[in-house]
Amino acid sequence: MIPHSPEGLRTKPTFLERFMKGMLASCAGLSILTTAGIVVVLVYESVALLQEVPFWRFLADTQWTPLFAEKHFGIWPLVCGTFLTTAIALFVAVPLGLLAATFLSEFAAERSRRIVKPVMELLAGIPTIVYGYFALTFVTPVLQNVIPGLASFNALSPGIVMGIMIFPIIASLSEDSLYAVPASLREAALALGASRLATVLRVVIPTAFSGVTAAVVLGFSRAIGETMIVAIAAGQQPRFTLDPRVPIETMTAYIVQVSLGDTPTGTLEYRTIFAVGLLLFLFTLAMNLVGIRLRRQIVPGTL
Amino acid sequence: MLNRPGAEALFRALCLVALTIPLAMLLVLLFHTFSEAYPRISWEFIIGYPSRKPALAGLLPALAGSFYLMILTGLMALPIGLAAALYLEEYAAPSALTRIIEVNINNLAGVPSIIYGLLGLELFVRAMSLERSLVAGAATLALLVLPMVIITSREALRSVPFSYREAALALGAEKWRTLLRVVLPMSLPGILTGLILAMARAIGETAPLITIGALTYIAFLPDSLQSPFTALPLQIFNWVSRPQAEFQVNAAAGIVVLVVLLMALNGLAIWLRARLQRRVYW
Amino acid sequence: MRAGPLTATVMLCGCTAACLTWSSTAPRVQIDGSSTVYPIMEAVAEEFGKVQREVQITVGISGTGGGFKKFCSGEVDITDASRPIKPVEIKACAANDIAYIELPVAFDGLSVVVSPLNSWAYEITVEELKRMWEPPAQNTITRWNQIRPSWPDQPLNLFGAGVDSGTYDYFTAAIVGEEHSSRGDYTSSEDDNVVVQGIMNDENAIGFLGFAYYDQNRNKLRALAVDDQLADNGQGAVLPSPETVRNGTYQPLSRPLFVYVRDQSLQRPEVHDFVHFILTRAGPLVAEVGYIPFPDPLYQLVWERVASRRTGTLFEHGSQVGVSLEALFHEEREGTR
Repeated sequence: MIPHSPEGLRTKPTFLERFMKGMLASCAGLSILTTAGIVVVLVYESVALLQEVPFWRFLADTQWTPLFAEKHFGIWPLVCGTFLTTAIALFVAVPLGLLAATFLSEFAAERSRRIVKPVMELLAGIPTIVYGYFALTFVTPVLQNVIPGLASFNALSPGIVMGIMIFPIIASLSEDSLYAVPASLREAALALGASRLATVLRVVIPTAFSGVTAAVVLGFSRAIGETMIVAIAAGQQPRFTLDPRVPIETMTAYIVQVSLGDTPTGTLEYRTIFAVGLLLFLFTLAMNLVGIRLRRQIVPGTL
Repeated sequence: MLNRPGAEALFRALCLVALTIPLAMLLVLLFHTFSEAYPRISWEFIIGYPSRKPALAGLLPALAGSFYLMILTGLMALPIGLAAALYLEEYAAPSALTRIIEVNINNLAGVPSIIYGLLGLELFVRAMSLERSLVAGAATLALLVLPMVIITSREALRSVPFSYREAALALGAEKWRTLLRVVLPMSLPGILTGLILAMARAIGETAPLITIGALTYIAFLPDSLQSPFTALPLQIFNWVSRPQAEFQVNAAAGIVVLVVLLMALNGLAIWLRARLQRRVYW
Repeated sequence: MRAGPLTATVMLCGCTAACLTWSSTAPRVQIDGSSTVYPIMEAVAEEFGKVQREVQITVGISGTGGGFKKFCSGEVDITDASRPIKPVEIKACAANDIAYIELPVAFDGLSVVVSPLNSWAYEITVEELKRMWEPPAQNTITRWNQIRPSWPDQPLNLFGAGVDSGTYDYFTAAIVGEEHSSRGDYTSSEDDNVVVQGIMNDENAIGFLGFAYYDQNRNKLRALAVDDQLADNGQGAVLPSPETVRNGTYQPLSRPLFVYVRDQSLQRPEVHDFVHFILTRAGPLVAEVGYIPFPDPLYQLVWERVASRRTGTLFEHGSQVGVSLEALFHEEREGTR
């Protein structure tokens, strides 16, 4: 940052200076406005919904049928659907990501690192609709040959594909924190007679624990908010179940389902998508804050 | 057990397998898509209009929509994002307020894209009565990529050595002049790269566009900011949703076009950065 | 710093952005509504576009209900509907001074379908369908043998139209007996394609959708013959087909499909031409997409309604299950309605 001029030489800033500073500050302030906008919009419509539907009905019911004649407002089916797909995704991505990160940081030659890292960035940059297409047209049919009774829409297929999608996040961030473990710790372990494997498993990984946790948390947040993969492949049937072989509906897919029907402002249906959106926002906000906090612990100065 | 000679080799092999599985799946994905798409890729497909007959359906309105969206999003996001980055990097003193803004921006970068769609729906489509138009879509996407632009621009500004700023000040230049004439030109490659990557992200987004209201059949090119539009990912989504196998072929072909476009954008970003960086070392 | 490629790129962007005006003056026809009727409208729009290139046509699939909401608030010129306009919608249109002309354009044999992998179901009665779909079935009727004891004890996976859909309204009216009344625990979608995708590989799946979606996917779906257990249209279960819909034996699931046009919009030449195009070219296009076209004289009758700007609906009391359109038009012309 440009330092202020020392005493004695300080002159009053020109109008242009003050004007530009003001303009730039207001642009920075726009980011606050965006968050405020999101919160205001979500809360406003949710409050309007709560005036029609008491809050306990959201918690006390295990069915979500707000659009039908017999209205149930239990959020649990949608939350369950989201967490089921996310859990499957993490089940795939965390072991693979952590092991891959270990390889890149501890065993790989510098040259391999230089090739693999951009390829992983490529994986991360693929639009999610491509993953959705892949889940529906390749993964589901393949799984149907392996698992009899697997429905065309299910939680398993998009879960696995989401795992592939968040793998780069987990691998990359874990690798950063593994790499950041000081060499002195590794050398100390080796000096005490530990093998390389023991060093990695007993010294390096535990030291990088908060960084790895941060990676998992951020991956978790990404998976919760994922829309297209589940909208295409998971189904549109809100169901309070942990069975990955049947159609379910996630929070994000519900919003897409109602948006495709293009509901007008002010109706009950319109408000439900904002209520679900608010819930989603709170989940991801909590995860993101935890993740940011953890990352600051391991690499101070990073955000 | 961990100190046994074979254990390390085993573990190393396990890690290598873990690394290659997702990369292998990526290859399978690309191969599956490209082989499915092969019959449909042709010039007629790219410049054709949608049709109920899969063999005749084309991509032109979707390509035009995506193109306009990308440019409008960039035009909206760059000035605001760059200005915010300049303020945070060059002007803001470390304080509680600055801290809040920074945490806020990092959080916004992690908000799911569909939430931005909800914001766009309520704010741009309904409250500002822009309906499901090109400008509403671009504004929504601009808000979505804004945190990314701010973060990458800040990194670019940070990469300019301090000494250059001090030298300019020592020569009597004021702060804003220094920024404009010294810092910005030097950080331009990084800023532009960040912008192009943000536009690449915008092109691939489907959820926010569906939420603000996507149309199913558009057979014309947008000719005004308030025009209804479709975009490449929306068209792919529409084709994926149709059960006829031939439409799945179209979806695969659309994906191929999308991926090629993204690779071109990423390549452009890399090329631009390399090209401009060479010229700035005076 | 040399600018070469940079200025070129910036100028390109600037020029493209400048090509976009703030708002367009091109003639436009805005259509929304039923996903069931959508294939017809898509075909018509495509063929119309070949004849009149400058007209911008947009078609959405918000569902019959969603389409009417937009129609009665003046946002679209034409709405597609797979059921007649409802009283609450008539009121909404009147409140906004929207006069509409109701145009039946095709027949549909709403089909009950299962996957080809299903080895036990080939026909079903209306009473069984009612027990499967009525509101008390929510969470209680979950297996096939609860519908018919001879069917296997396997899970019942249900798919069908969403609540904004006219198909939903008509199915519930004809089968459950009360419009908009059904169980809520099934995969519901405004988009009939989702229903096809869900059913086709699942032997335990059953659902309902427009005939065209069955016809275009015959290798992925099997239609069940429906037995309405009434004697007046022949005994036994009847499969949906153009013949059985036309001769009235596929009951109660035969129905007309509608297009509603705003009277004020008809004054614009592009809308007028478009509606004329629909009614003159409907025959072959409707058959091509898989629905059942009217005989030509009936399309003539419908055009006369447009030409004489006869607004209002023939179905003020809801869907008339089993009444012929010619009879209704005749009565209207005679003034006995």
